[in-house]
Amino acid sequence: MKNKILIILLVFFLSFCFFVLFKSLESSGIYVPEKTENRELTEFVSKDLFSKKKITSSEIFQGSDYYILNIWATWCAPCRKEHPQLMELSKNSSIKLIGLNYRDDSKKAKKFLNKLGNPFSVNITDQNGTISIELGGYGIPETFLINKDKKIIKTFIGNLNNESVRQINLIVK
Amino acid sequence: MLANHIGYYSLVMGLATSILIFLLSLKSYKFKIIDKRIFSISFLQLFFVLISFTSLVICFVISDFSNETVFNNSHTNKPIFYKISGTWGNHEGSLLLWLLVLTLFLFLFLITSKKESKRYRILTLIFQQVIIIGFFLFVLVTSNPFNYLFPEPIEGLGLNPILQDPALAIHPPILYVGYVGSSLIFSATLAAVIENYISKDWAKNIKIWVLVSWIFLTIGIMVGSIWAYYELGWGGFWFWDPVENVSLMPWLCLTALLHCLLVLEKRELLKSWTIILSIATFTLSMCGTFLVRSGILNSVHTFANDPSRGIFILCFLFFLIIISLIIFFLFNKEKQKDYKKIYFFSKEVSILVNNWFLMYFLSVVLIGTLYPIFLEVLIDHKISVGPPFYNKLIIPFLIFFLIFMSLGPNLKWIRETNIKHKFQLIIFFFISLLISFLIYKKIGQTNLINTVLVSASLYLFIVTIRDFFSKELYNFSKKISHFGFSLLILSILLNGILSSEVIMNLKVGEKFTFKNEKIFFKSLENNKKENYQSIVGYFTVEDNKKNISQFKPELRIYDQPLVITSEADIKTTLFKDKFLVMNTIKGNEYFNVRYQIKPFMIWIWISTLLLAIGGCLNLYNRLYEK
Repeated sequence: MKNKILIILLVFFLSFCFFVLFKSLESSGIYVPEKTENRELTEFVSKDLFSKKKITSSEIFQGSDYYILNIWATWCAPCRKEHPQLMELSKNSSIKLIGLNYRDDSKKAKKFLNKLGNPFSVNITDQNGTISIELGGYGIPETFLINKDKKIIKTFIGNLNNESVRQINLIVK
Repeated sequence: MLANHIGYYSLVMGLATSILIFLLSLKSYKFKIIDKRIFSISFLQLFFVLISFTSLVICFVISDFSNETVFNNSHTNKPIFYKISGTWGNHEGSLLLWLLVLTLFLFLFLITSKKESKRYRILTLIFQQVIIIGFFLFVLVTSNPFNYLFPEPIEGLGLNPILQDPALAIHPPILYVGYVGSSLIFSATLAAVIENYISKDWAKNIKIWVLVSWIFLTIGIMVGSIWAYYELGWGGFWFWDPVENVSLMPWLCLTALLHCLLVLEKRELLKSWTIILSIATFTLSMCGTFLVRSGILNSVHTFANDPSRGIFILCFLFFLIIISLIIFFLFNKEKQKDYKKIYFFSKEVSILVNNWFLMYFLSVVLIGTLYPIFLEVLIDHKISVGPPFYNKLIIPFLIFFLIFMSLGPNLKWIRETNIKHKFQLIIFFFISLLISFLIYKKIGQTNLINTVLVSASLYLFIVTIRDFFSKELYNFSKKISHFGFSLLILSILLNGILSSEVIMNLKVGEKFTFKNEKIFFKSLENNKKENYQSIVGYFTVEDNKKNISQFKPELRIYDQPLVITSEADIKTTLFKDKFLVMNTIKGNEYFNVRYQIKPFMIWIWISTLLLAIGGCLNLYNRLYEK
């Protein structure tokens, strides 16, 4: 009898630990660094996700007041989580959204966008992860808010939430 | 390119042999005859993994950038030594190394255990093979070290320059031997539980493996903290960082197990407890792998890992835990006849007390490491647990632990009727209290708990020294290890109490006076090195006896990737280390200079070595006796 209670308790405890650790893999939290803001955007060359054509950063960053550059990948669970927020931001006409697909399979990436919707006006790829390093990315997902002078005015490390969308809309207004 | 393919296919072949061995051993277990082919196939398995590992090393040496792992972690400008160490300096390669050690240990077990019962050997083989298959799948499915890149990049992305250090090059392999050794203890324990073979003989045999893992784990942790001290330039050797804690936890568990096996060997007591400790040690090692490799604990400076890795290890970890618990509850029947009378004043009770203390320390470290993760998931609140938490929870109990450790080991087995040298022991205690009081008086601080702590460690120190002069020579290894431990605690404490530091901003030609020493920043020098640019600062420090020492701290600017590291200049003497490190201040001719005096630093390393040497001596004795 005593043994049975012990076993049941153990099973509960183990499943609880499993649940929490499993959840912890998904949550990446959000972190806004103070120092990286007002940094000039570095120039880079990338490939378009769909047309596979080369595209330079000066071609991408033109014709809008604000830009949002989002680093994402299909294998990144928090990226899936922040997708609705990106979709919401894409409704704002004064922001141009750029998706940087980080170290990913481009077929999977296209499938992801077809299924969940494509919030980005431009989709570029970063096969070997160098562009993200050049941009000063810390982790994935990461989102940069860039103004028309090509300066990064805000960085969101981790998945965007409603609070970050509110902050972005406040700045853009 | 060729090496890449050979590596990949021999890895696949390795998995195939694993499955073959697993099936053959199941068959052998059923029919109770050992199939001789198992041994040759085990050898073949080791051979395949070795080939695979060697080909990865070759890929790194010849800088074959068509291999993704090499591309991500190497660079043609890197010195050859770090090209080789780059093999295990990354996730994929380190797992391959893990696999190599796993198969090597299993092979060694098979050839050294010929005298044991057949069923026990086969069962150990089966459990170990389950772990090996798990790791094979993990490597092949989620982190293949032989991913092929096309078109072939011209240049690699380089290795993190902080990792370009000799201590760190040897740190992972040593630590892994310790970690992986615990897997064999785990499999052998489960096998012994099923076969009802938890006995004196078993304890004697398994202790060799426990000792091997313990020695390697001890040295591995030491090398890691030497690296932290010399390379990170923070002037400390232990930061209670989660990644460090993860290696400390199996160590605490193994230490408890090591003592527990003594009781099992001499008195056939504590059987269940031994089993639980063996399982816990391996679980903690796996848990460590999970925490480090899944990216949960990673700092913000690394890109998030592929979470499928984390999920894989997590599921595998829980699979192993559940299997071992099922076996434990089904097969472990501690019979009533095992019950023996136990007296309070006896060696076995003191070892049990030691185990309680170790388990307490273990749970403090475990909670400190896991609590932030749980808190974040449950209530979405971020905290970090730092040294004050550990100090507050560990120090009060450490005092009692030290006192028990001075008295316990000299008690007799079964029952101590007459404690020898009572008078001497009491005198020693007062002497250490007095010395510690004087130390505190001299530095002008009085803090009751610290005074008691220092006196407790001094007491252990004196008692362990006295033990060297006692007539019983048979247990020399224990004396060395215990002496090493007392020296370790003492030097850590004195180091903590007597350290002093100063941080200032200086430019070339300026002077600074700290206590009774004058720090003078003489000049700067720029050099171009193989794969970095170095800026060396020349400093002199003059003390009040006019002794001048030169310091040359260095800043290294690596090109691939662009990282600046600062190399501290450390002057080590027997009694103190002087530590000077400089950092740039952006857009300024001033440098941020930190000068520290750290007494008894070298004794921390020496005492850890003594701990390990004690273990080695014991191992030697055991192998020799056999």
